[in-house]
Amino acid sequence: MKIYSLGANPNKPCNILNFKGVSLMLDCGLDINSALHFLPLPLVASKRLSNLPNWIPKDAQDAALLDGELKECENRVLVDGPIEILPPQSDIFDICDVDTILLSNHACMLALPFITEETGFKGRVYATEPTLQIGRLYMEELVNYLERTPKSQRANRWKQVIQSLPPPLSGALRPNDWKKVYSTKAINAALAKVRMVGFNEKIDICGALTVMAVSSGYSLGSCNWIIHSGYEKIAYVSASSTLTTHPRPMDQVALRNADLLILTALTQTPVANPDSMLGEFCMAVASTLRSGGSCLVPCHPSGLLYDLFECLSVHLDNIGLSQIPLFFFSPVAETSLAYSNIFAEWLSSGKQSKVYLPEEPFPHAHLIKNGRLKHFPSLHAEGFTNEYRQPCVVFCGHPSLRFGNVVHFIELWGNHSNHSIVFVEPDFPYLEALAPYQPLTMKIVHCPIDTSLSFTQANKLIRDLKPGNLLVPDVYLHPPVSAPLRSDLVIQELDPPALGMKSYQVLQLPIKRKQEKVHLDPALASRLEPIQFKTGLSASTLTGKLDARDNKFTLKVLNEEEGGTLYSAAERMLPRHPWGSVDTTQLLHLLSQHGLLDARVEDTPRGVVIHLPREDTVIQLEGSNTHVYCHDEALRRTLRDILLQCLPCL
Amino acid sequence: MTDIKVTPLGAGQDVGRSCILLQMGGKNIMLDCGMHMGYNDERRFPDFSYIADGNLTESLDCVIISHFHLDHCGALPFMTEMVGYSGPIYMTHPTKAIAPILLEDMRKVAVERKGETNFFTSAHIKDCMKKVIAVTLHQTVQVDSEIEIKAYYAGHVLGAAMFHVKVGNQSVVYTGDYNMTPDRHLGAAWIDKCRPNILISESTYATTIRDSKRCRERDFLKKVHDCVDRGGKVLIPVFALGRAQELCILLETYWDRMNLKAPIYFAVGLTEKANNYYKMFITWTNQKIRKTFVQRNMFDFKHIRPFDKSYADTPGPMVVFATPGMLHAGLSLQLFKKWAPNENNMLIMPGYCVSGTVGAKVLSGAKKVETENRQVIEVKMSVQYMSFSAHADAKGIMQLIQYCEPQNVLLVHGEGVKMEFLKQKIQQEYGIDCYMPANGESAYIPCKPVVPVDVSLSLLKKEMALYDTVGAPDPKRPCRMHGVLVMKDNVLRLMEPEKAFGELGLNRHAIRFTSCLQLRLPGSASRAMDQIQLILNSQNTNYPVKPSEEGVLNLESVSIKMESTDKEDRKSMMISWALQDEDLATWIMSSLRQVIV
Repeated sequence: MKIYSLGANPNKPCNILNFKGVSLMLDCGLDINSALHFLPLPLVASKRLSNLPNWIPKDAQDAALLDGELKECENRVLVDGPIEILPPQSDIFDICDVDTILLSNHACMLALPFITEETGFKGRVYATEPTLQIGRLYMEELVNYLERTPKSQRANRWKQVIQSLPPPLSGALRPNDWKKVYSTKAINAALAKVRMVGFNEKIDICGALTVMAVSSGYSLGSCNWIIHSGYEKIAYVSASSTLTTHPRPMDQVALRNADLLILTALTQTPVANPDSMLGEFCMAVASTLRSGGSCLVPCHPSGLLYDLFECLSVHLDNIGLSQIPLFFFSPVAETSLAYSNIFAEWLSSGKQSKVYLPEEPFPHAHLIKNGRLKHFPSLHAEGFTNEYRQPCVVFCGHPSLRFGNVVHFIELWGNHSNHSIVFVEPDFPYLEALAPYQPLTMKIVHCPIDTSLSFTQANKLIRDLKPGNLLVPDVYLHPPVSAPLRSDLVIQELDPPALGMKSYQVLQLPIKRKQEKVHLDPALASRLEPIQFKTGLSASTLTGKLDARDNKFTLKVLNEEEGGTLYSAAERMLPRHPWGSVDTTQLLHLLSQHGLLDARVEDTPRGVVIHLPREDTVIQLEGSNTHVYCHDEALRRTLRDILLQCLPCL
Repeated sequence: MTDIKVTPLGAGQDVGRSCILLQMGGKNIMLDCGMHMGYNDERRFPDFSYIADGNLTESLDCVIISHFHLDHCGALPFMTEMVGYSGPIYMTHPTKAIAPILLEDMRKVAVERKGETNFFTSAHIKDCMKKVIAVTLHQTVQVDSEIEIKAYYAGHVLGAAMFHVKVGNQSVVYTGDYNMTPDRHLGAAWIDKCRPNILISESTYATTIRDSKRCRERDFLKKVHDCVDRGGKVLIPVFALGRAQELCILLETYWDRMNLKAPIYFAVGLTEKANNYYKMFITWTNQKIRKTFVQRNMFDFKHIRPFDKSYADTPGPMVVFATPGMLHAGLSLQLFKKWAPNENNMLIMPGYCVSGTVGAKVLSGAKKVETENRQVIEVKMSVQYMSFSAHADAKGIMQLIQYCEPQNVLLVHGEGVKMEFLKQKIQQEYGIDCYMPANGESAYIPCKPVVPVDVSLSLLKKEMALYDTVGAPDPKRPCRMHGVLVMKDNVLRLMEPEKAFGELGLNRHAIRFTSCLQLRLPGSASRAMDQIQLILNSQNTNYPVKPSEEGVLNLESVSIKMESTDKEDRKSMMISWALQDEDLATWIMSSLRQVIV
């Protein structure tokens, strides 16, 4: 068993597990952090951005080469060009050989079109229905934002002089492998390959493995995967949450006693507690609103957003700010909100029980009905100007602050100290996200909310699940770069020690298969004549025809006319397996019955030798070993049968 | 012990009161728990005393409800709260949401209108639903350590499911009611090749091959249109949820297209609520509705308004959907009584009616119908039966058999005569046994168990390698497998003989033979050995003989050694082998003799 790593971000995982001749791609995450190296793409031309000075390298030759591709903003060098992303890198594994892709949640599948449409992938993809639908929304939003603000000229020249660039650009990961984002057509083609699965649905993979999605509690329809060979069990745990939010709770029982537990996508904010951050978020928004300012909340179009709506609206009610409008901008806003109401079967039991009334499971349905929450595909959408009033709270994407409606709002509100921008999404480092907007006057609040497992929760989970082996991204075995002294923020030592998976590497895994399942045909089973040794223990020899179909094995009756394998011409006999030792007296008696009267017994240090001088034959008896030296084939067969008569056989 | 026993307590050669007791692998499972609409006495509910006197919890391992129609779940509160059962009950989420509403409706009709006593109460319904465990499609639910159930989409009505029930190595598929063609709001039933021992299928339309759906719809719309044009009133008795929504979508679009003005009413307080269920369980509807629901919800009707009782006497044309669907009680019966004597009016029965109900009587052509209080109604209105009820027809049933490949079929929920016809057809076409037990009669279905065995991977790989060395295996040549089957505490393992002896704690007795073989081969000793190797390998390419040190040839436990050679090219060979390779050694010796001597 081997695992191949195709990505570098443990929260946007993409790995290939090779087991029992089957190649399973576990998640297909897309790391969008490369976007942070680019200038934002505003909807309307921004004077400030277009007036940023060119970055001047020391080497004049480099300057000529770059030709204004790099801009400088407050000592940060940024690329002026269409945004490029690093897809999973498949140089260590041919994607054509991937049989199946298993997707865990909407946040870990955004690279799917790169994999299925650009590599010759021929397999199947499995995901739950909410993962598929919400993943589609994320992809469509991304493509919509990037296509709305096209930049014609690709910026590639800086990559040639990357060593001479200042950090962080000099440390950009594999810039030569960066690609433009996929098209809407590619999204549709990729998602058409997805087969929807339910939680706890057993799915057969090539007849060799069974996989099953179990709830991971992270988002609507998010799951972990159990991979079973019939004997070995592997649990793949991607983004999971043990907190009580809107999705179905995490199913931990199903993950127990795995031979291998693969654990990834732990919290991206190990030092922040999501509950207290949610509280801080509400407080920060409230205090800005009280002072007459508006709040900008960069966010993704689903997931955490639903919890923010719910908590914030209750908080505003409690402090008498119910009249403040909430705006939600996204090309997929309407769809996201509509979908949230039809996935009852994937929700926490509290939300689910509302559907039986029947009422909408999420309170935001009610907020929309009474006009408190308004959603628009974009700023230019019909009706927005009539509804717009301040102070307000604006939820919009993209959280990288490089594209989408959020760019416009920062340009609009950035110079006002009574407004604030509140960071909640954990995917991007907020200071880097803000770099191209500096200097900024608006208040900056950072309260990242990541409901994924913390290290404490992960360590507890591992103790509960008792896996035979544990595999984690190598970075989880060392304290985080941001907090190098926090030795508690690691996966604790285990026996056997946890295996660390390094980016873009192959790792051999210590799982050895020992058994396989074969089905006995009833006709063959009825022919067996088992010998009982004691109660509950019996045995019988078994010879049958092995029928292998789709990696499933059946043993059937082997007909005589079907012959043997290579000995078809030769005499066939069913092998017999004697045990015990030969009683010399009985043997001599049987020999004489067969007319072999000249047997001469000779004792040796280890047993007995019987000579049959007239037949030029010797029988050597040594405990559980017998050796017959005989050159007459007919006699040899007689001796064989006599010996088998003296011994109990299977 | 390996027989599966199926006993219909209802729906055996009959439609209505579906309730089937399934006994396999020592487990007792109840499939559906319906009531019969045609009866008002104790025949209404299944005879639970067949299972046990009094409380059923001990005697039943679980109850599975296929969908929310009352002939499939109507007796559930009676069973759990009045007879007594506190074990698990499984149904899908939409069924769990909608069933209590229909139960409450029926309870009201029975108790408040007919004044029945000894009927379950509202509290009973609530308590009963608390025992329900909701399942999602395709989810594998472990009822206990042995029973495993899985739901498949069945079409028919919102949330209708077929269930695959597995106990040990045996399994049964129970279809409930299903529909193999997609309709205006639901998809078609689907199941994978799960190869159950028995498929228990409904057979309502066992002998019908219905004409194309589109024709039926056109026919329906034309009849409604004609009646409205001549100023008549159209009564369409329906159940609140299900067929009603499909007909509403149909009429709504037709009214839109033809610009008709006659009012359409939906005469039940449930309308909006019912449509809300459809909106929230949109994932259970068909592809088209699911795709468009964000932009336009198909269940927001423009032309269809709620009905008020005062409208019944309003002159002029109108179309009214009224519950219940079989004219056995409630508003549909009231309207029928009122409108039946007028020949301008029309009654459209879009679904099946169980015998005994007013609906069934009217459909059979009765011109005078007696209702519960001896009132005789003259039926002058035109009566149309339109088979909209989404059941599989004969073709659909055959198709489902093809999908899941059962070893046996058992028919329920249909009329005996029609079942007999279908039974013949199934036996002819698929060559599998078909059963159709009557109520209270048990069918014993023998099942040949396939025994699962754990085989050691090294043994399997060895045998496979022998078979499959040239790449593509030869389908004509069987792959032989030999090992020792060890049965320990009911676990069966197949392993190499050496391992088996270890497992059994026995000392294996090794028998070895050594024989001398005289051959005539020219050349030196080493050349002769090369030639022997060549001969053996030419006869069998996938079982190569390998030379070892000192000129000995080895194959498995067989070794061939040159003993002596003389001037006349006579070579004396020693061949030695262990008992288990007797046939291999025999083959080698005979091949050598054939070629060389």
